[in-house]
Amino acid sequence: MIALNALVAICLCYVTFLFAVAFVAERAARRGQVGWLRSPLVYTLSLSIYCTGWTFYGAVGYAARSGLEYITIYLGPSLVMLGWWWVVRKMVRIGRTQRLTSIADLISSRFGKSNLLAIGVTILAVIGTTPYIALQLQSVTLSFDVFARASGEAEQLPSAIWVAIGLALFTVIFGTRNLDVNERHHGVVMAIAVEAVVKLFALVAVGLFVVWGIGGGLGATLDKIDQSEIGAWQVEGGRWAGLMLLSAAAFLCLPRMFQVMVVENDDESHLRTASWAFPTYLICMSLFVVPIAVVGLDLMPAGSNPDLFVLTVPLSQGREGLAILSFLGGFSSATSMVIVAAIALSTMVSNHIVMPIWLRFTNDGATVSGDVRNVVLLARRLSIVGVVMLGYLYYRLSGGGNALAAIGLVSFTGVAQVLPVVLGGLFWRGATRVGAFAGLTIGFCIWLFTLFLPSVGPGVLISTTVMDQGFFGLSWLRPQALFGIEGLDPLMHTLLWSLSLNTVAFFAFSLISFPTPLERLQGAQFVNIFQHSSGVRSWSAGVAQSEDLMIMAQRILGAREAQALFSRAAQKQGVSGNLPEPTPGFLELLERELSGSVGAATAHAMIGQIVGGMSVSVQDLMAVADESAQLMEYSARLKEQSDELSRAARQLREANQKLTRISVQKDAFLSQISHELRTPMTSIRAFSEILRDGGQLTEAEQTKYASIIHDEAIRLTRLLDDLLDLSVLENGQVSLNLRHDSLRDLLDRAVSSALADEEGAGLRIRRDAGHEDVPIYTDPDRLTQVFINLIANAKKYCEAAHPELEIRVGRRGDWVFVDFVDNGLGISPEAQDVIFEKFARVSDQKAGGAGLGLAICRQIMTRLGGGITYLKGERGAAFRIELPTHLSMAAQ
Amino acid sequence: MTDTTETARATVFLERQTYRRRRLVDAARLVPILGLLLWLVPLLWPTEGDSRTSMSTAIIYLFGVWIALVILKFFIALPLRNASSEARDGQE
Repeated sequence: MIALNALVAICLCYVTFLFAVAFVAERAARRGQVGWLRSPLVYTLSLSIYCTGWTFYGAVGYAARSGLEYITIYLGPSLVMLGWWWVVRKMVRIGRTQRLTSIADLISSRFGKSNLLAIGVTILAVIGTTPYIALQLQSVTLSFDVFARASGEAEQLPSAIWVAIGLALFTVIFGTRNLDVNERHHGVVMAIAVEAVVKLFALVAVGLFVVWGIGGGLGATLDKIDQSEIGAWQVEGGRWAGLMLLSAAAFLCLPRMFQVMVVENDDESHLRTASWAFPTYLICMSLFVVPIAVVGLDLMPAGSNPDLFVLTVPLSQGREGLAILSFLGGFSSATSMVIVAAIALSTMVSNHIVMPIWLRFTNDGATVSGDVRNVVLLARRLSIVGVVMLGYLYYRLSGGGNALAAIGLVSFTGVAQVLPVVLGGLFWRGATRVGAFAGLTIGFCIWLFTLFLPSVGPGVLISTTVMDQGFFGLSWLRPQALFGIEGLDPLMHTLLWSLSLNTVAFFAFSLISFPTPLERLQGAQFVNIFQHSSGVRSWSAGVAQSEDLMIMAQRILGAREAQALFSRAAQKQGVSGNLPEPTPGFLELLERELSGSVGAATAHAMIGQIVGGMSVSVQDLMAVADESAQLMEYSARLKEQSDELSRAARQLREANQKLTRISVQKDAFLSQISHELRTPMTSIRAFSEILRDGGQLTEAEQTKYASIIHDEAIRLTRLLDDLLDLSVLENGQVSLNLRHDSLRDLLDRAVSSALADEEGAGLRIRRDAGHEDVPIYTDPDRLTQVFINLIANAKKYCEAAHPELEIRVGRRGDWVFVDFVDNGLGISPEAQDVIFEKFARVSDQKAGGAGLGLAICRQIMTRLGGGITYLKGERGAAFRIELPTHLSMAAQ
Repeated sequence: MTDTTETARATVFLERQTYRRRRLVDAARLVPILGLLLWLVPLLWPTEGDSRTSMSTAIIYLFGVWIALVILKFFIALPLRNASSEARDGQE
């Protein structure tokens, strides 16, 4: 008999071999030689982690106890893979497009990146998977036990703890080598593929030995089967269909299956190969189960454990080599399951539970200094150890008895609660977060109450009183006879009630709740994934800081990768330097990259912390809507363009009109100037000709003509002075001579200067001495010029018999008003608009000036920071001057 | 949005190759339904009395269906492989 130590040595050699395989594959992948690592065959073999130690050993035991029922566990997944076009293909495409990291991530991402849902699914997965890991540990321990008993060394049993530690170590080393889950664990996948070959080879070898070595050929074995105690079809109909459904659901929803099927998938086309290759693998795995069971029942003493026939039958025939091979097969099945399950669960736990908590408890969240990568990796490593140890703990607590054997299907049922939500999320856009949460909660509670708690054993977690009389003594709440329906198989009872009520709740709450915009967006993207494989933009990046994003990305992706990503994006945007603009497109890309490392919900939260808010614009929604919406978007874009064109055309038209107006003004100005210059010139020429030609002019006439010429020359000079003044003022070239002065002094000066000549005596000025005492800081000369002009105008144009001018002064805050109101007829309304324009004269009869006075006044007042307006509604002509008491320097 | 999509959608008659491909996809979808129906047939088998189906018959039937489905699937998947890179992979 083989010594236990030798077996341990073989086991260690095998594990070393696996380490080597994983190591070589990792290294090849790092060198870029991934061709053979990414073959469809490796993908198909990696799917075989569905066949765990429980199926390797347990299927034979199952067959020995209940005949062909065991086969349903393989038929369900076969149907799923044969029908890959329906669900699996969509799941893989979504997983790759959205960079999903786990089944919890899928659900959270679909329902608006809700972290609550992710946590719920994670907890469900941990509770559902822990017993399963315990089962694997048990199967390894039991198989050691078989050899130990055979060699009589029962005391030296290697503890399950060593198996657990070894598995945790392997998983930590190869499962957390790189952070980005989407970069795939080539080493692990390769090791699993090798283990898949080993377990298949082992089971087929035992099967061939049993059929041809013991059974005496195919025909003889079939006869033997018919004569055995399981020789007739005895499967209960409900269980047959129910288990097929259950195993199909579990195949889609198990975290470890999602890990190898979606996350580790390199190429969608591998699915096509797997669609027929994986069922083939399952056929080979299950083909010899019944013969082994029958031969085992025949050969082994009554009462021996049928779960271990795969080992004990070869041993009883003295085939130690075959037994060791079979042992390695079982060992492979158990270890590969634990490794992948630990990776999948640790990803979920670290992404959905540890990281959100860590982000919340580090005050400044995503912008805290330090490398988040280490935190994530550490969280993942600790989660792996935690998950495996939880499995071990469960194994110790449950005592490793027969209770464990049934836990496989219990586990399946728990995980299958995710199915309605996953399928609803993939195919129904109306599914909402509230619905998903309600469905999962109800399904989980029913499963817990009716199957999981009772499964540990009567009276352990749930009292026998509750089992017999129902919760709170309500008979319709008995765990194994809900609503008073008795006589169902407990598993089918739970499956029926949990899945149906789960689905009903999911639909009902989805129908009555209203999804958030992000949910609708994600929903449209998931359901129409084949129409919209490209992403949508959802971040509004007004306030996002590229630098902050860069710092955060560096800490998650690593400095080099993040810089490469940023500079690539910058290049694409045509921005110089390494920091791209935080456009929605770039943020979308970044979020997806990050979600490959820390999961969708966390990545979303981290970018949200930096960017601030997110918006789902109408355009976003349109981008994922159906074709009509796409057409609408297209036409909207066209309309936008044509709007822009017409805006530009309107602006051009306006500019053109302005230019035309200015040109007309310029022409008018020139003709006015030439007219104004021409009139005095004409009279000067005429009178100077008379003086030149006429000899017989009297002294008085000569003097009169000469003085006319003189007056006209003065008028000409004044006109030119005014023009010069105006152009200087208009060009802003005038320099103000700012001083402190009193308004009263200025008015005094203006009045005396304006009324200096003999005409001035006709105009009476009424002043308001009390209010005039206002200190001002301005250019007194310029302001006096304005006053003089206004007084002179009143003197010149006031038609009243006794002309009077009232000067009123008022203050409002820092502003002072000076009103000049005469008692004439005023200015006609149509003339009021133009009096401040150049060459505007109200009447021609008293044409004394060139019509530039008020235009100059306005320019001066503008320069002084104030203004001049015509006051309507006064008795006669009234002008108001407003100016700040203290002209600030800024106003210049 | 693009013109090609619009015209492709508007076309009633497809190229022979595309038509074949779509029918292959239909077949690929129907395989699991066929499998489910065939695998539910054992529910009709009698479980009492002398006319009970023997274990060997059951095994041969179940595995026979299984192998037939795999072969069928293999021959459907084979031509799909060549046309896989088509842009309109996802369209029905």
